[in-house]
Amino acid sequence: MSDIELLSVIERYLNGEMSADERARFEMLRHDNPTVDSRVIEHQQFTERLKQYGERVEFEGMLNAIHNEIDVQALKDEFVHHPSPIVRIWRNHHSKISLAASVAIFAALSTLFFAGLLKTQNQQSEVVALSSKVNRVESANAKLKIQTDKLITIVGASKIDQSKYTPSGTGFAISSDGYIVTALHVINGADSVTIQNSNGDAYHVKAVYADPGSDIAVLKIVDPSFKSLGALPYGFKKSKADLGEDVFTVGYPLDDMVYDKGYLSSFTGSNGDSLRYRVAIKASFGNSGSPLLDERGNIIGIINSKQAQAPDGPAFAVKSKYLYRALAAMSADTANKKVSLASKSVLANMSRTQQIKRLQNYIFNVKVNN
Amino acid sequence: MSKHISISAPTDNEAILGILNNSESMLKRIYIAYFPMVLQLVISNNGSDDDAKDIYQEAIIVLYNKVKAGNFELSSKLKTYIYSVCRRLWLKRLSQMSRYGGDIHDIQEYLPVNEDDLLSHEEKDIQFNKMEGALSVLGEPCKTIIEDFYIHNRSMQEICEKFGYTNADNAKTQKYKCLQRLKKLFFQQ
Repeated sequence: MSDIELLSVIERYLNGEMSADERARFEMLRHDNPTVDSRVIEHQQFTERLKQYGERVEFEGMLNAIHNEIDVQALKDEFVHHPSPIVRIWRNHHSKISLAASVAIFAALSTLFFAGLLKTQNQQSEVVALSSKVNRVESANAKLKIQTDKLITIVGASKIDQSKYTPSGTGFAISSDGYIVTALHVINGADSVTIQNSNGDAYHVKAVYADPGSDIAVLKIVDPSFKSLGALPYGFKKSKADLGEDVFTVGYPLDDMVYDKGYLSSFTGSNGDSLRYRVAIKASFGNSGSPLLDERGNIIGIINSKQAQAPDGPAFAVKSKYLYRALAAMSADTANKKVSLASKSVLANMSRTQQIKRLQNYIFNVKVNN
Repeated sequence: MSKHISISAPTDNEAILGILNNSESMLKRIYIAYFPMVLQLVISNNGSDDDAKDIYQEAIIVLYNKVKAGNFELSSKLKTYIYSVCRRLWLKRLSQMSRYGGDIHDIQEYLPVNEDDLLSHEEKDIQFNKMEGALSVLGEPCKTIIEDFYIHNRSMQEICEKFGYTNADNAKTQKYKCLQRLKKLFFQQ
């Protein structure tokens, strides 16, 4: 029996076109022959599928016919125009509007950011170093070593040609035997450095240690003419200063020494930075490296930066405890002898003018030759 | 029946009875009664009126299959059922088109949809599309012969005359050959 003949028989069987006799015989065959049985089932299912397909096509035809009788536009107008146009726009486009709004906000914020108007954005970038020449603090020690070598060659000629040097900041003595501290950015990138106090005493110095993390540089007087600075009048505070404490500074924002006073306004610098104090004091370029003293003549910090875009804004001073740390690291890392900072100030009970007179010769204008 | 009455929504019991009796007029009443609701749903949620038509017709088919299979229990209002199915179908369509913003603006209360109903509907949909595809590539005269005989229940005599076959046996052989090709095409997909 060919496939087509079988199909014909199956169809007659399923359609009930067989005689009772024929039907019985076919059912026997179906019973005995699983292949025939499965063909019967398959044909039945497939024709059923075809029927369902046909019904669905017909049903969809009916649905479409009904649909075409509906005035969809009128329905749309009926409920679409009820809410106000703004509500409608919002309903239809709220995701797009939200996206557009966020893009707009982002654009506005980034514009503000790049225009530098967003103060909270990155306070670090707002803080400008108070050096006349601010350079990146990078591979500082390596550079300083090169400078040291160069400086040593100059040592022979003890007369300093001041015209070759430009004022860059302020430094102050930390020991009587010629160790000076300043802000690292004051001398960074300089080929040679000299210092000069208010008496006009000028010395060649070499950088002996740098701590980029706290922007501290330690210099040492290398002039053959140098003997000793004498006992330092001020002490160095190891503990934390007091909030609201009156403070003052003496430095070289100009060619001549400048005094200013203020108060300690916060234990943290910009953006929660715990390295520095925030100080309400007038500071200008050139004050970088100036000592910050309390009323009793103890150095509590080293001024190194100020708030940008605020001429009278706060200045920031590296806390003196980081100077202690830098010196401890210096003696550990280099061949330099350990510098012990005096903790006792002799300025304690003096008037401010007396204090300044006593300390002025220990504060230097730091000049660099690039 | 005046137009006004035919537009009024049938009661739910009327509607179910009408579906079971294959009443065309009832289908029309149901269709007209609930389409505006679905149109509003779809249009308020990033869709067009064509989308609404597709979704709504699918939901009507789901409803019909369920009622006819005898497992439709009127536990909620018919209106709520249709809305819920449409809502579910539209959400799915939106996510397929990546147009779904995460919230849907509802205009009606709704119930969770029995996923089995939708699954069996999807299964039927797949079969339907396969059959449609197989028939479309079957070609003439096979397509018409198959449709006339198996779907429209025409007799072989009518088909013979329509296609000018001289003898009914030739026509029958042709029909079976067509059917075998159709099966092959259908199961190949």
